[in-house]
Amino acid sequence: MSHSKPLLQIHELDARYGPVQALCQVSLSIDSGEIVTLIGANGAGKSTLLMSLFGDPLPAGGWIRYQGRDITGLPTHEIAKMGIAQAPEGRRIFAAMSVEENLLMGAIPVGADHVDADLIKVFELFPRLKERRNQRAGTLSGGEQQMLAIGRALMSRPRLLLLDEPSLGLAPLMVQRIFATIREIRESGATIFLVEQNAHHALKLAQRGYVLVNGEIRLSGTGEELLADPEVRRAYLGGQG
Amino acid sequence: MDWHILAQQLVNGLTLGSIYGLIAIGYTMVYGIVGMINFAHGDVYMISAYVTAICLAVLFSFGIDSLPFALLVTLAVTMLITAAYGWTIERVAYRPLRGAPRLAPLISAIGMSLVLQNGVQLSQGAKTQGVPSLIPATLRFGEGNDFVQITLVQLMIIVVSLTSMAALTWLIQRTSLGRQCRATQQDRRMAAILGINTDRIISTVFVIGAAMAAIAGVLVTLNYGSFDFYIGFVTGIKAFTAAVLGGIGSLPGAMLGGLILGLSEALFSGMVNTDYKDVFAFSLLVLVLIFRPTGLLGKPEVEKV
Repeated sequence: MSHSKPLLQIHELDARYGPVQALCQVSLSIDSGEIVTLIGANGAGKSTLLMSLFGDPLPAGGWIRYQGRDITGLPTHEIAKMGIAQAPEGRRIFAAMSVEENLLMGAIPVGADHVDADLIKVFELFPRLKERRNQRAGTLSGGEQQMLAIGRALMSRPRLLLLDEPSLGLAPLMVQRIFATIREIRESGATIFLVEQNAHHALKLAQRGYVLVNGEIRLSGTGEELLADPEVRRAYLGGQG
Repeated sequence: MDWHILAQQLVNGLTLGSIYGLIAIGYTMVYGIVGMINFAHGDVYMISAYVTAICLAVLFSFGIDSLPFALLVTLAVTMLITAAYGWTIERVAYRPLRGAPRLAPLISAIGMSLVLQNGVQLSQGAKTQGVPSLIPATLRFGEGNDFVQITLVQLMIIVVSLTSMAALTWLIQRTSLGRQCRATQQDRRMAAILGINTDRIISTVFVIGAAMAAIAGVLVTLNYGSFDFYIGFVTGIKAFTAAVLGGIGSLPGAMLGGLILGLSEALFSGMVNTDYKDVFAFSLLVLVLIFRPTGLLGKPEVEKV
């Protein structure tokens, strides 16, 4: 691939949890305005990759560049302030806080100036959250918590949005709504890096994709190429003909 | 038992309980955010008593004769210096151990407590120090032998403590800094991913805890007048008891626990026996730990899924 200046570039990244090699020589790049997906089985290292972008685990080798700047090993909160936001694995909303407070937490990197306008935007995207804005976030349903995690990430006006399995554990109808929303978010200008086990939806949505197997990038290509790839079909799409 | 003895003990208990509550805040907030018991916190309170005395002495030696002014300056200076102690202790003794096994910072805290006690003993002397009674005024209700009295200092203790607790509750519940503290407490890693400098928030919590202990130190010094380098120990353990009683990690719990402990200790002293009041206080702790280990307002630790 010949990208002159990718938004995010990961080069031969290694990561370990103690003696376990979680990521091995992972290289990938994401251009501005793209939706790029990373698919892989449980335990392949997908969430580790997203977390290592924020410095935990600290990469054991390789480097990460964002907007041309090396961000490998920077403190987590500084990376957040550069315009990268994440709706992480397990959603990690603040259960004891209200829905609105959770969203306000998302706005920390950009300060208080745009908070009111951005709250309105998030509530337009997820009207459900508006109805429940004063409710304790821990009482939300799984789908609503996912909306909240994505909404919270959007409050920081991210240039790069990392989504870790947004469809996990959601009813099919809710999955469709979340994916429709991801498309809307991209149209508003953000670049999206989507990590999914739900390969079918993810590859249909994304321009390009990577397949992670046991911590290594096994395949890469456009969404359509990967959807048509026999190995991908067998391993991730339930082997349908 | 006469009503006036009961009422008198309620007044005394409320006073004592406010102090416990103020100091308990430091224990509970620090536990909530870093999961450790800061055993040096009682000694931070002890430091504030010395700073209070020194500050008052300096002000009076400059010939300042307005008492309210002197008290306000003393309160501000003591809070500032004690907060600096809290900040430094976290920086020196706890931050390097972040990520270490839980026992390590605990031992470091006990070490810090010894350092503070012995440091003060060396620099200020081992003998009991005192400040003169500055506010002798007393309000008295009732006639003859049946009366309840509340000193102006006691009234100050109750009013200042409750005001400080209300202000702190507002800070934690309503401001951005407060939200950042709560977020860091609930999920430090996620808070960092959202752009919060969690090290700075942890420092802030130590500073807040120390400042609250400093308010208690100023008030107690005005009330009792005497102190030594060892007062942090028993008071610290009592405040810790209050924090556990209310539910360690819970801010309203610490205040409530303080008031309940102070009130029940005073009532026990008044109705049963003064000598055994500490035994009573710690028995209360044991009972709470047996029957409600999470304290009154604490939540059980839930496994995160």
